[in-house]
Amino acid sequence: MAKRFLSIWFRHLTTDWFTIRQPSLGTQPFVLAAVSHGRKVITAANAMAQNQGVRPLMAVADAMALLPGLQVMEDVPGLPLQLLNTLGGRCIRYTPITAIDPPDGLMLDITGCTHLWGGEQPYIHDMVTRLTTKGYHINASIADTVGAAWASARFGQPVAVLQPGAHLQAMLPMPPAALRLPAATCLRLQKLGLQSIGSFISMPRNVLRRRFGEELLLRLNQALGMAEETLTPLQQVEAYHERLPCLEPILTRTGIEIALQTLLDAICQRLQKEGKGLRQAVFKAHRLDGQVVQIAIGTKRATHNIPHLFKLFEINIASIEPAAGIELFVLEAPQVEEVPTLQESLWGSTPGLQQQALSDLLDRLAGKFGADKIHRYLPNEHHWPERSIKQAPSLGDKTDAAWQVTMPRPVQLMHKPEPIEVTAPIPDYPPMLFRHRGRLHKINKADGPERIEREWWLEEGPHRDYYHVEDTDGQRYWLFRSGHYTGNKPHQWFIHGYFA
Amino acid sequence: MHKNDIISQLQRDILPLQGFKQPTGTPVRIGLGAVEDAFPNGCFPTGAIHEFIGTQPEHAAVSVGFMAGLLANLMKTGGVCVWVSTSRALFPPGLKTFGANPEHVIFIDLQKEKDLLWAMEEALKCEGLAAVVGEIQDMGFAASRRLQLAVEQSRVTGFLLRFGHRKPTANACVARWRITSLPSVQEDGLPGVGFPRWNVELLKIRNGKPGSWQVQWSAGCFQVIKEEKETIWLNASSQYGSAI
Repeated sequence: MAKRFLSIWFRHLTTDWFTIRQPSLGTQPFVLAAVSHGRKVITAANAMAQNQGVRPLMAVADAMALLPGLQVMEDVPGLPLQLLNTLGGRCIRYTPITAIDPPDGLMLDITGCTHLWGGEQPYIHDMVTRLTTKGYHINASIADTVGAAWASARFGQPVAVLQPGAHLQAMLPMPPAALRLPAATCLRLQKLGLQSIGSFISMPRNVLRRRFGEELLLRLNQALGMAEETLTPLQQVEAYHERLPCLEPILTRTGIEIALQTLLDAICQRLQKEGKGLRQAVFKAHRLDGQVVQIAIGTKRATHNIPHLFKLFEINIASIEPAAGIELFVLEAPQVEEVPTLQESLWGSTPGLQQQALSDLLDRLAGKFGADKIHRYLPNEHHWPERSIKQAPSLGDKTDAAWQVTMPRPVQLMHKPEPIEVTAPIPDYPPMLFRHRGRLHKINKADGPERIEREWWLEEGPHRDYYHVEDTDGQRYWLFRSGHYTGNKPHQWFIHGYFA
Repeated sequence: MHKNDIISQLQRDILPLQGFKQPTGTPVRIGLGAVEDAFPNGCFPTGAIHEFIGTQPEHAAVSVGFMAGLLANLMKTGGVCVWVSTSRALFPPGLKTFGANPEHVIFIDLQKEKDLLWAMEEALKCEGLAAVVGEIQDMGFAASRRLQLAVEQSRVTGFLLRFGHRKPTANACVARWRITSLPSVQEDGLPGVGFPRWNVELLKIRNGKPGSWQVQWSAGCFQVIKEEKETIWLNASSQYGSAI
C-alpha cells in the first residue's frame, strides 16, 4: 500500500497553550521570554504580537519600544516537548503511529486509516476541527512522503491534501527552507539566487553535493520519496494485543472480570496456535475521563494457560478504579516467548523445581508481593560465612560449587554478629563463660578454633577464630574471636549463630 | 464381637473422617523409630499441620534442626519446600547438616503476618510441594483451621514455627511439638561437642498418644535414646568420673 503521511504544524504552540489557560490573553499581544546572556529574549510571540512586527529572538526591551502595551510572560522550559507529547497522545485515536516532530509539529503515518473517516478530506477536517476548537492555530497537510507533508504544512495552504504523486509539482515553487535544511545552507542557496526548490532540483547531483553537502541531497530524496524515512512512534504498538470496546461504560468488578476473561481467551488462543506463551502482560482500562488505569503481571515461564493468567490478574483487579466508567479494555503482551510443547503426564509430574504447579505458585506470590520477596540460595565458593551463599537468579540455576559440610555450620545465623563478654582461660582456648543479652552461659564443651580469614582481595580486617560451644543446659552456640590475642588490647568476642 | 474390637473398629472409621487417610502402599517413613508409634496409624501424619513452640531463640534453633531432619525425609525424592517468614534467621547451609537440600528450599520473605498467612495458605494448596514452613508469632483459630483445610485437600505437610513470649492458644493443628536441647554425650568421654541431642516432647497429637523422647541426630538419621541404656551409661560415667 502506498504510504501517506500527515504533518501538523502548530503555528503558535506555546502561546496558544497560555491563551487556553488564560482566555483574557487572546485579545492582546503578548510574548514569552527567557533570560539569555544577561538579557531577556523573546522565545515565542502570539499572532497579534507577530502582526505588529515582534519576532522570536528579539530582546524584550526592543519589542517594548515597538509595542509599549506588550504583555511579557515567563517561558516554561521544556514546555513545547511536553505539549507535543500530550497532543500526540490525543492523536493516537487517528492512527497508531504518531510521532512528535520537534520543535512545533506532529507527524502521523496515516496509511490505511483514512477510510474509517470516509476519505482523506473528512479525516483531515475532523482532526483540524478538533484541534482548532481546543484553541490551537494549526496547519495540516497530507502527502506521500514525510518531507513533502512537512513542507506543505509549513509553506503551502493551511489545510492541504496533496493527491498521490502530486507532491513534486507542489514543492517546486517552495523555498529551500521547505526541505528541512540548516539555516547556513538556506542562506548560501539564497545568495546564489536559488530562491525556490524548482530552480535547483534539475541540477546535476554531483554539483549539488560538492557545493552544499550530502544533507541537501538526502533531504531532497526524502521529500521526493527516493530515500526511506522512518518515524519513531510515541507508543510502540505491541505485536500481541487485544481490544474490547464496551457499548456501555463498565462500572462493576464482574464486568471487569468478564472483559479480562474475554481478552485472555482471545490472546491465549492466538498464542497457542503460534506455539508461544507470554512472560508479561498488561491489562489497560481506558476510562471515560481520559485516564488509563492498568495492572501488569509477569510469569516465571512462558505460558498460555488461561486460568493461571486470570488468577494472576485477579489479585490486582481491586486496584482498577472505574470512576465514571470504563469504555475500552486493552490486553497487551509485551514479552512473548516460544513455549515448548510437553506431553501431558497422566500421573502428575515428578516433584522438583521444574514442575508447573510450583512456577504457578511463585507467579501468584510474585504478583501479590513482588518478585524481590522470593529467594533461593546456592552455595558460593567462599569460607567467610556471610559470603558462603548467593542468591539463585532463577529456578533452573545450578552451580558447580558444593555445600560445605566438613565443618559444622549453625542452623541460625545472626544478620550481624553480636558482641559478648567472655572469660577465657589462656589465649587460643575456648571461653569458660560468656554473657549474651544479660544471660550468663557456662560453657561445658567446646570445639575449635576454626580460623576463617577475611578475603583480602574483597575487604580488609581481622580474621575470625570460630568455636562451637555447648553450655551446661545443652544449648549450642557459634562464637568467634575477632583478630589475634594481644596483651594490652581488649579482644573482641562475638556470638554469630545457634546450632541445633 | 468383643467390646474392645468394636471400639478400635470405630476409631479406625473415625480417622478418615478427620482427614487422616489410611496409608496406601508404603507409608512415608520419617526415620523417627519409636516416636512413630505415637502417631495415628503408626505413621507420621503427612498432609497435616505440625506446630513447634518455644520461647527463646535457642528453642527456635533446635526446633529448626529437628524439623530439618523431618524435611530431609519428606524432600528425599527431590521435592521442594517453601519457607515463609517475616524475620528469617535460618542459615541455609545449616540444613545440609540434617540432610535437607537447601537448593530446593524457596524462601518468601514478607513484612506482615497477614500476608504471611495468605502466602502460606496459597503454598499449602499447591500440590506437589514436599512441605511448607511458616514462621509466625500469633495465629487465631480460624486461620489455623484454614491452613488445616488446605492441607487436607493437597496432602502437603505444613510446619509452623511459633517462637514468642505469647502463650500458645488453641488451634486446629494436628500436632504440637516442643523441642529443647539436651547436653550432647561423647562416646568414650572424648573432648569436644558431640552429636546434637534433643528432648522431643509431642504435647498434642490428634488421635495419637502424646509423649516425650530423647532423640539424637547422628550418622544422618534420628536415633531414639533408650532411657535404661542412658541411665546405665550415665551411672558408668559417674563412676568413671569419681574414679578420677
